[in-house]
Amino acid sequence: MKTFTPPRYAWRPAPEQQGVVESPHPVVVIGAGPVGLTAALDLAARGVRVVVLDDNDTVSVGSRALCYAKRTLEVWDRLGCGEAVAADGVRWQVGKVFFQDEMVYRFDLLPEPDHKMPAMVNLQQYHLEQTLVERCLTSDLIDMRWRHRVVSLEQNDQTVLLGVDTPEGRYTTQATWVIACDGANSEARAMVGAPFTGQAFQDRFLIADVLMKAEFPTERWFWFDPPFHPGQSALLHKQRDNVWRIDFQLGWDADPVEERKPERVEARVRQMLGPDADFELEWVSIYQFACRRIDRFRYGRVLFAGDSAHQVSPFGARGANSGVQDVDNLAWKLQCVLAGIAPETLLDSYHDERALAADDNIRNSTRSTDFITPKNASSRLYRDAVLGLSRDHAFARPLVNSGRLSLPTRYLGSSIITDDTDAFEAPSAAPGCPCPDAPVERPDGSSGWLLDHLGRGFTLLVVGADPTDSNANANAEPLPLPVTRLRLDHDLVDRRGVLSARFDTRQQAVYLIRPDQFIAARWRQPSMAEIRQALARSLAIH
Amino acid sequence: MPLNLAPNIPDPDGFYQELIDSQRDLDESAAALMNARLVLLLANHVGERDTLREALRLARPPAR
Repeated sequence: MKTFTPPRYAWRPAPEQQGVVESPHPVVVIGAGPVGLTAALDLAARGVRVVVLDDNDTVSVGSRALCYAKRTLEVWDRLGCGEAVAADGVRWQVGKVFFQDEMVYRFDLLPEPDHKMPAMVNLQQYHLEQTLVERCLTSDLIDMRWRHRVVSLEQNDQTVLLGVDTPEGRYTTQATWVIACDGANSEARAMVGAPFTGQAFQDRFLIADVLMKAEFPTERWFWFDPPFHPGQSALLHKQRDNVWRIDFQLGWDADPVEERKPERVEARVRQMLGPDADFELEWVSIYQFACRRIDRFRYGRVLFAGDSAHQVSPFGARGANSGVQDVDNLAWKLQCVLAGIAPETLLDSYHDERALAADDNIRNSTRSTDFITPKNASSRLYRDAVLGLSRDHAFARPLVNSGRLSLPTRYLGSSIITDDTDAFEAPSAAPGCPCPDAPVERPDGSSGWLLDHLGRGFTLLVVGADPTDSNANANAEPLPLPVTRLRLDHDLVDRRGVLSARFDTRQQAVYLIRPDQFIAARWRQPSMAEIRQALARSLAIH
Repeated sequence: MPLNLAPNIPDPDGFYQELIDSQRDLDESAAALMNARLVLLLANHVGERDTLREALRLARPPAR
């Protein structure tokens, strides 16, 4: 690769190998990909010690995750990496769809203004991982162990016993909780005997990461049945350092060995970009994909996150995004359980909420796949009819599906979310939704963002009278844990009215926001008892 | 809006002739594409998911 030299992280023996007997680690994370690293950062941010075991000593190289959506960037921003990733990545908002020999339409994502994080950035996974690893290495609470491969896993009511292979032999270690972020081929998943079922797709895809020597617009181009690749689809997407991701659908009967040959790939790319295109191949791979899910995200003391729990097709950027959002959901719950604030059953809500999200992502990515690779003549006919109509008629454009923007799943029906009892006209701030961002002003007049003001733990966003005011509640039972109070017009000012509109605050509203920045409950004028009850519900204390 | 299954097309013979004529010069694959486009145009016009679902159900050929 021309644009990236993978770092090598030093292998060190574990304290366990040096005769130091450690009590069980509170949390061991298996796998130092984007999901495992985010889990480590989130736990450390909550004061939890964490050991990260990875069987390799570098970041993941090759064509892997590419697009990171706003919600994911907000998670990293909460952990201090969001601005770096957003600045590192390529921002784009224009997409073009081609059908056969013409462009059928052009779209603009037109992201809603007044959010700190962009709707989407593109960045090679290795750059992302490097940023996250560097951040992990600055934390005293994170013990990164490279070339430590988990080879056995057994658990009882109290602890998980892990056997770990290293360049200097095997050791065993104990963890109170394990987060398995070891990818689609998760060995941890096999060790607990969990099924991983779903739909496998026959089509093979060629991915080429190409270093372009000439300027090319920062747009996403998607071709259906193009003249340079008849009957198939192709995708062109920009990454950092003038590297472009090119995806060719090859069909089910393609020969992977033959198709991977550089001269063959170069010929394809040249057909696509024109005879004068000046480029070099960075990376080439062939893949097939599947949409699969583990049956339960929690197996006792082992929790599955990211690709180990769910696998999606790449259309719609839902792999890394949903994995990061898994651990966003999990880290605070684990911390509350470890601290004795919440019962272990809180972790069952991790399955409930994230399995719902996984199903949502699988549904979306399966729909994209069915549009891109029709399974029979009739569905191809409808696909082509939609594309043909989309050129002249706006009505057909919403039916074109070359991958949908990854949006966070609302945790609808979750047992730890308190449903609305009061009327609000703010559907994107409903219970179970991630807290919308908004520009705010600090009391000193400087400008900032709402999400930056939320506490590490639970936050009460209060507009109007403060129901937790100690004068009014001298005899009330205290809340089960400290809550950050954010009072509009005291702690922050909504100068431009964006917050008031997004939360439909009117003159009086109270929002209870979870540590993962999801809305747990909202009211117009709640009593302390109602707030206490919603908080207890959020913690699975019944 | 429930699917309207009562006669609703003025001049039924005229419409039927128009439908047939519209595809008379098309080969089988072009006619199939036209039919798919027609379904999409009309489905968008109807717009009601329940009505469309009912039409999808009724349109399936009966099992023999």
